[in-house]
Amino acid sequence: MLQVISLLVENKPGALMRITGLLSARGYNIESLTVARTLDPVLSRMTIVVDVDPSLRKLVIKQMNRLINVLQASDLTEAPSICHELVLIRVRSPRENRTAILKEAEIFHARVVDSSVEGFVLEVTGASEKLEEFIAVLQSYGEIEVTRSGVAAVSLEAKKLKLAPPIPTGAGDADNYSEKDEVVNA
Amino acid sequence: MSTLMNGARILLDCLQQEGVEAIFGYPGGVTLPLYDALYDHEIRHILVRHEQNAAFAAQGFARATGKVGVCCATSGPGATNLVTGLVDALLDSIPVVAITGQVPNKLIGSDAFQEADTFGITRSCTKHNYLVKDIADLPQIIHEAFYIAATGRPGPVLVDIPKDIFIGQAHYQPVKAIHLPGYKLVLDGHAGQIRRAAQMMWEAERPMIYSGGGIIHSGAHEELQEMVEILNAPCVNTLMGLGALPGNHPNFISMPGMHGSYTANMGMYNTDLMIALGVRFDDRVTGRLKDFAPYARVIHVDIDPAEIGKNRVADLPIVGDCKRVMKKVNKALRELAPEYAAKTEPAREAWRQQIADWKAEHPLEPVFSDTEIKPQHLMAEINRLSDGKAIVCSDVGQHQMWAAQLIRYDAPRLWINSGGLGSMGFGLPSAMGAQVACPDKLVFAVLGDGGFQMSLPELSTIAAERLPIKIIVMNNGYLGMVRQWQELFFNNRLSASTLSSFPTVEHLGAAFGIPGLTVKRPENLRDVLEAAVAEPGPYLLNIEVSPFENVYPMVPAGGAINEMVLSQPSPVPVP
Repeated sequence: MLQVISLLVENKPGALMRITGLLSARGYNIESLTVARTLDPVLSRMTIVVDVDPSLRKLVIKQMNRLINVLQASDLTEAPSICHELVLIRVRSPRENRTAILKEAEIFHARVVDSSVEGFVLEVTGASEKLEEFIAVLQSYGEIEVTRSGVAAVSLEAKKLKLAPPIPTGAGDADNYSEKDEVVNA
Repeated sequence: MSTLMNGARILLDCLQQEGVEAIFGYPGGVTLPLYDALYDHEIRHILVRHEQNAAFAAQGFARATGKVGVCCATSGPGATNLVTGLVDALLDSIPVVAITGQVPNKLIGSDAFQEADTFGITRSCTKHNYLVKDIADLPQIIHEAFYIAATGRPGPVLVDIPKDIFIGQAHYQPVKAIHLPGYKLVLDGHAGQIRRAAQMMWEAERPMIYSGGGIIHSGAHEELQEMVEILNAPCVNTLMGLGALPGNHPNFISMPGMHGSYTANMGMYNTDLMIALGVRFDDRVTGRLKDFAPYARVIHVDIDPAEIGKNRVADLPIVGDCKRVMKKVNKALRELAPEYAAKTEPAREAWRQQIADWKAEHPLEPVFSDTEIKPQHLMAEINRLSDGKAIVCSDVGQHQMWAAQLIRYDAPRLWINSGGLGSMGFGLPSAMGAQVACPDKLVFAVLGDGGFQMSLPELSTIAAERLPIKIIVMNNGYLGMVRQWQELFFNNRLSASTLSSFPTVEHLGAAFGIPGLTVKRPENLRDVLEAAVAEPGPYLLNIEVSPFENVYPMVPAGGAINEMVLSQPSPVPVP
């Protein structure tokens, strides 16, 4: 079963590898992965869709949360959320098909982003299943080329983000950490 | 006020701030600037003979003290040689910081001389790792590395430092604070859960305390003893937790698992409440998981949320530091005692009697012979000399199991072994680290003839540093544990498990300037061991033991823990 994982991560080299490493080490294949900066440029939002053994879903999330670069990992598979992706489709269309294709695009709320003698490039966003239907419809018109962005998800429940506060190093004294691990519960 | 310094000096300054006394390492091309700075620095550098042993020695230091162990290697082969030691530290949750050199930043990715993608290779071998791209980040990264290694569930952290960072100059100012927003530690435990745990403990009729390495990492041994005594419940220490409850404590029933005691395994199987403290339900403890502790409800205390419910569902999970949580649980136990304790006491008394009966039925006892030295006899003699107080660093295999079963550990941090990864070659270098950390303590390196030969070059380090380690090789001429499995599960076809040649230790020792002696007769064993301990410096003993002795009890792989084989099956007579 496909699992949708949303992560808030530090925008640092290696962070992506640590996260995907947890999946690849188990031989799981990632179906889709999107990453981009958040409003705060030092953080990235990542959405991973992956086929995880249902009994291991919780453990995978916990192990992701354990990573130092991960601020929050949550399982959106069954949580109220919007999971959308964007698809760019190049469709060849001889003159007699052009109107029909535009009609189909209208039904699926697709936009024409390029139009030429050879055909169109259409852009459409939405839930993956809907997009797959659109792709299937366009395939009936001939050869198409498809680029999918992968799923980007947003939870509909505001989740409070708890972060660890800065830790004083006690610069100057060489004490161990006995006093320093007073990190607030999260 | 800032000072203009090169990266190597900044690094050493940060290490000093972290209280580092010793580094185990091996220099090389790109770490030359670091070694130049170390040349007249107060931090002691111990030159090992192979980088893998630097990582093991750093672990020995960390395991003996609880402080962060530090090892250092150059780029490429130096760094890749550290890998086994890092994974070993990861599996046993040992705080280690590894510093590796890297080719200069602008050469990374060009297949430069001695270049390896250390950052990529060690990503899954460490709790966290760093590649330093800018000298300005160096102090911050070093302090983060130590903090991450030492806190929470401890573990290894690697910092890969390109050569241009070592030689680059920067205005250095000590770092006042580090910021790791994603590194959230839960230490205190949920108050309600703690209360419920105490209640469950009093309600249980057959409670069993299952305590592990987490007790030692968190320094909760006193709290453990307190809990054991309040409840008057039997307690097992796992292989990683030996010494958490003193070995001579009346409630201690040894180690559970594949080679655990009969009492421990029967107790774990029949308990109705498993109080799991700083353990991870390892497959070597649980045997066949679905038949593990079938009657028990489980209370699981661990600092790592990812351990809760990983192998066994916890009926009552508590995420937190063992010491803090157990302090509160003990307090709650005392408060609830008047209300609950009397109700279950008759049942618990019967349970204690049952435990005592099991103990009497199949005690863990050494085996002796008049004609040959039994491995168990050797452990009994080491036990006599140690009297629960010496540090015993073990390698991996049969001798490790016998040393865990038959040598008593009356305090934490005395028993040092590679539990999770089971890395052969661990024993001798870890003993070096322990002896450097505790120069006045008696340190035994208890090794098999296999593991000893994996770590031979370190005899040179031991001689050079005059580390007074008592190296005891339990020599049975086989890779004993491999042979034991071949005997039991592969029709006794001893494929590649016979070590047909072994160096003459008298000559071998002499070559390194270490006295060496072979012992074959059981009547000589005691005197020789005593003489070795009396010697002020290192000593190398080759103890030739019965070659075909096997470790029992044994739970065959995949078996349930109450299905132990208790002794060598007698040969079936041919009709």
